Amino acid sequence: MADAIIVCEDLWHVYPGDILALQEANLKINAGEIVGVIGQNGSGKTTLVKHFNGLLKPTRGKVRIKGKDTNGMRIQQLARDVGYVFQNPNHQLFARTVEAELEFGPRNLGVSEEEIVERREKAIEFFKLQELRLLHPYRIGFPLRKLVGMASIYTMRPAVFILDEPTTGQDNVTTRTVYRLIRQLRDEGATVVCVAHDMILLAEVVDRMVVLRDARIIADAKPKEVFSNRELMQSTHLVPPQVAELSLRLMTAGKFPGIELNVSDMVAGLAGRLGK
Amino acid sequence: MDNAKPVIEIENLSFTYSTADKPALKNISLTIYEGEYVALLGLNGAGKTTLQLCLNAVIPNMIVGEKEGTVKTMGMDTEEYPPRELAKVIGLVFDNPEFQLSQMSVAEEIALGLENLGVPTEEMHKIIKDSLEAVGLSGMELRSPFELSGGQQQRLSIASALAMQPHILVMDEPTSNVDPIGKEEVFAVAAKLNKENKITVIMAEHEVEVMAAYADRIIVMNDGEVVFNGTPVEVFSNVELLEKIGLRVPQVTELAHLLKEKHNIKLADQYPVTIDQAEKILKQRL
Repeated sequence: MADAIIVCEDLWHVYPGDILALQEANLKINAGEIVGVIGQNGSGKTTLVKHFNGLLKPTRGKVRIKGKDTNGMRIQQLARDVGYVFQNPNHQLFARTVEAELEFGPRNLGVSEEEIVERREKAIEFFKLQELRLLHPYRIGFPLRKLVGMASIYTMRPAVFILDEPTTGQDNVTTRTVYRLIRQLRDEGATVVCVAHDMILLAEVVDRMVVLRDARIIADAKPKEVFSNRELMQSTHLVPPQVAELSLRLMTAGKFPGIELNVSDMVAGLAGRLGK
Repeated sequence: MDNAKPVIEIENLSFTYSTADKPALKNISLTIYEGEYVALLGLNGAGKTTLQLCLNAVIPNMIVGEKEGTVKTMGMDTEEYPPRELAKVIGLVFDNPEFQLSQMSVAEEIALGLENLGVPTEEMHKIIKDSLEAVGLSGMELRSPFELSGGQQQRLSIASALAMQPHILVMDEPTSNVDPIGKEEVFAVAAKLNKENKITVIMAEHEVEVMAAYADRIIVMNDGEVVFNGTPVEVFSNVELLEKIGLRVPQVTELAHLLKEKHNIKLADQYPVTIDQAEKILKQRL
């Protein structure tokens, strides 16, 4: 496919000590997709996505980003195309102010000072960081600090964002903000890969789910298909969101036509049937 | 709860951290009874953790600030009894297990608190064994805490708290750093300790669907105040008021609410809060 931005071909990764973390992974992610990568800890999901920005190189097989083999490419080169937002923003933030944090990435990429300022201001607006710009990142509460982590990658203008557990430990308000930002990133043309356990994020925001278990990709399908697969959900210990589970139970009982992934669709589906 | 014994009695509690200019807790009055499973909900910064730290006397004994009102845990005023004394009746489990694990082995991790209390060695072995059994970690005594999975580490934190044989277990977002298997494990252990061992559980959580299924009572905090306090059905029925302060309700409750508000369809006298309740009602209606 012409617009595949990430391609993994028979990707294997073995860590020192013969620890097999990933095997036979074949995957294509198209530009502009929002993809969720899920699985329990130790299933290989972090190993998989760390190949996308060159933090890891294949033990066997190939990873191509925008058609270029990551073997032989340096992390700095890959960082122009793929931005990695860590689960813990403390692993990523080190400047004295939010502004400086936002400027660091593009300056490192050799972007002109004029454009750095432009990108910084765009990021402050996009992530609504106006009141935080001169604060030290560690003076900011955890939920907003996480947004600063995302914003500092945003100023590097990568084509692909990898978000590691973007909503874990966040309250409902920040979680909703993150959902909105992910959709906006896609609207601006970015590809977003979310490593996530947040089932509502997976049900309502992503286009496609890649499920890993025991170092293998065991499913790669649309959320409706993944959440409908009882066996798959049980074998990976994943619990569908409440509406998905409810619609499935009603469907099994012959009372509802199919799975729904969000409350408003389920309300619409029920309203017609209950109204009769 | 007329006959039940109060284990936590809070009267007009306010607290302002010495580093802050506005209060973290404002005039809270609250009673929690023996054997209850209480969920504490609220946005980050609403005051949940501060309230929990008042229960075992870390506030006001170890964290400085201005405190008004009284907190009694198992009848002991936290102004008069230090955290060391209260540790015998109330255990705290935090969101990140790595913050509280420090020892070389699982057994030593649990022994730590007991040694501080001067428990004799033979008795200590039995307590360690029983505590590990209660959280499903039997036989792991010699493992390093840092080799355990997130869910196991969090269950070890619970076992360490249990070793002190507390009446009350306070948990601050205990599943926010563990994967889905770990979440299931932690919730299951907390529910078992509550049902079988009659331990009072006070848990701060963001997972409203899970809390609706497990908790007897939901306490909602906003900006340092208790704004709702009741059964899951009583509290989650306030869909719009909760949304106003940034909280969501279980999806099935939202579903029933939207059917009523937008389509004038009333599912039942009360909104469902768990999936089983919603399934039962809808199977009858469809």
